[in-house]
Amino acid sequence: MNLLQLSWKNLTSKPLAMLLSLVLFALGVGLIALLFLLNTQLQDKFEKNLAGIDMVLGAKGSPLQTILCSMYHIDSPTGNISIKDAKPFLRKGHPLIEAAIPLSLGDSYKTYRIVGTEPEMLELYEAKIEEGKVWEQVFEVVIGAALADREGLKLGDNFFGSHGFINDSELEHDDVEPFEVVGILEPNGSVIDQLILTNTQTVWAVHDHEGEAATSSDSTAHAHHAHETLKPLLEYEDKDITSVLVKFKARNFQTLNMPRSINENTDLQAANPAYEINRLYAMIGDGADALRVLAFVIIFVSGLSIFISLYSSLKERKYELALMRVMGASRGKLFLLILMEGLLLAVLGFVIGIIISHVGMELIAGVMQDAYRYAFSGTVFLKEEIYLLFGALGIGLVASIIPALKAFQTDISDTLSEA
Amino acid sequence: MLQTNNLIYSYDGQQVLRFPDFEFVASQHYLLLGQSGSGKTTLLHLLGGLRAPKSGEIFINDVDIASLSQAELDRFRGKHIGIIFQQSHFVRSLNVQENLILAQQLAGMAVAKDRIRTLLERLNVGHKLYAKTDNLSVGEQQRVAIARALVNNPTIILADEPTSALDDTNCTEVANLLEEEANKVGATLLIVTHDGRLKDKFEHQITLEDQLNKAL
Repeated sequence: MNLLQLSWKNLTSKPLAMLLSLVLFALGVGLIALLFLLNTQLQDKFEKNLAGIDMVLGAKGSPLQTILCSMYHIDSPTGNISIKDAKPFLRKGHPLIEAAIPLSLGDSYKTYRIVGTEPEMLELYEAKIEEGKVWEQVFEVVIGAALADREGLKLGDNFFGSHGFINDSELEHDDVEPFEVVGILEPNGSVIDQLILTNTQTVWAVHDHEGEAATSSDSTAHAHHAHETLKPLLEYEDKDITSVLVKFKARNFQTLNMPRSINENTDLQAANPAYEINRLYAMIGDGADALRVLAFVIIFVSGLSIFISLYSSLKERKYELALMRVMGASRGKLFLLILMEGLLLAVLGFVIGIIISHVGMELIAGVMQDAYRYAFSGTVFLKEEIYLLFGALGIGLVASIIPALKAFQTDISDTLSEA
Repeated sequence: MLQTNNLIYSYDGQQVLRFPDFEFVASQHYLLLGQSGSGKTTLLHLLGGLRAPKSGEIFINDVDIASLSQAELDRFRGKHIGIIFQQSHFVRSLNVQENLILAQQLAGMAVAKDRIRTLLERLNVGHKLYAKTDNLSVGEQQRVAIARALVNNPTIILADEPTSALDDTNCTEVANLLEEEANKVGATLLIVTHDGRLKDKFEHQITLEDQLNKAL
């Protein structure tokens, strides 16, 4: 029987005291690890989806909402903008702009958003077609990997979109042509996995038809959408889109001032994603900080509980400690024995905490995926968790060092004479 | 063999206790008598290396234990000295067998479960091998404590009032067992007691008060 086994037996001989320390420790570690995991995966998601976008143009409103809607697809649009207003930016050959991609939102399929855009969208997110081809005609769509994966959509499948972003069959556009899947994207970890991409004209067609259907019962409407030669987007001056994603050629003084001048001089709103996301972090950050403080308080209390249980156990164990000295144990051995009990508790608490956090993350992931359009995972491990292990060991050490020193100083003769 | 020279102990650096020189011959058994407070427990703790003398020498097997370092002394004690106390204490999280295994290991000896089993059987507690020490009767505890003191075949067995907590039957049994087992391992047995019941059993008897008076 080595010291480790002996400390284990000492701990398990008092299961309730051990349980209390363990539960507290595991709770603290679990909470901190979970915060790490959530925070890292959220930041990862936000950063991945920045996709080099420097500016988003949308209707006047909350710039954060514009960003959340057009880049992360988790909020509603602030409104529409006209092609005419957006034309100066969408037009090829702008001296500062490398890419400007129009987005038209408003419909969804089983909560997956249908986005009317241009094929450059794929380049922006570095998305690749896995099967099929890029959309060309109206009602042709390319779907993100999550749709193929979770909804089982295949090439050639047809489906109807529904109005708005919620899953409601009442709002289904079943009076128009169904969408046809012509391409499926490779999974790429960004928001594009969760989108249904098509051309802008498709989005218009769905809604124009709604108008026509309300006023007349012209059932030939389908026919003229299909295989129509599409005009370039910029020629539809009187039509609306939702927003434009803009990527600059280079960031300089001019591009820095561009959003402000747009906001002051046009009917558009220019939002800076990096700035808005930092603002969002700052807002979420306060809550996360409060939780983190709470977790540290729990860990501190658990350290205290380890200290108290070790310290009070010394009182009833002083005879057996003195006795171990009589049997030949050195003072250093007793010191190590008590230290090991504290460290064992800490390591065990750490392991349980990490398990709790990852299982918790896996459970949350399902809910988060729908809310944030991003696949979260409980199986990702971070190097911060190693630091957390060192932290846990440190706490175990601090909590047990005073009891261990006391054991070290046990006077055999005095203790045994007391009895 | 156990021998002391000019042994002086001081409480708090004030009160000084001078012990006469003792010589306990190997394999002989001694009874050290004395009233409470006569310093007999102090002497036993000095001889067992549980307490350090102010000055003087204590030779066990020609080693002066008063000159050993703390860690050396711990190791020496585990190997060569078996000590039995008035009240037996055990590592409570371990069962009887594990307590004896621990005694072997802490002394740096090889684990010998056969030795443990036969020892416990001879002491009539063989059936308590896997019992928790808290569940033993006082008499059983004292037997297990004797087994623990003997498990490493010590040169010296020191017993501090080993029978005073026991009834007459257990007292006689435990005293007999102590003697028998000490004989078996060829150890010097030194029993410190004021238990009159033991007086007839042991031939060598030293009364500490008389000795201390002589030394003063």
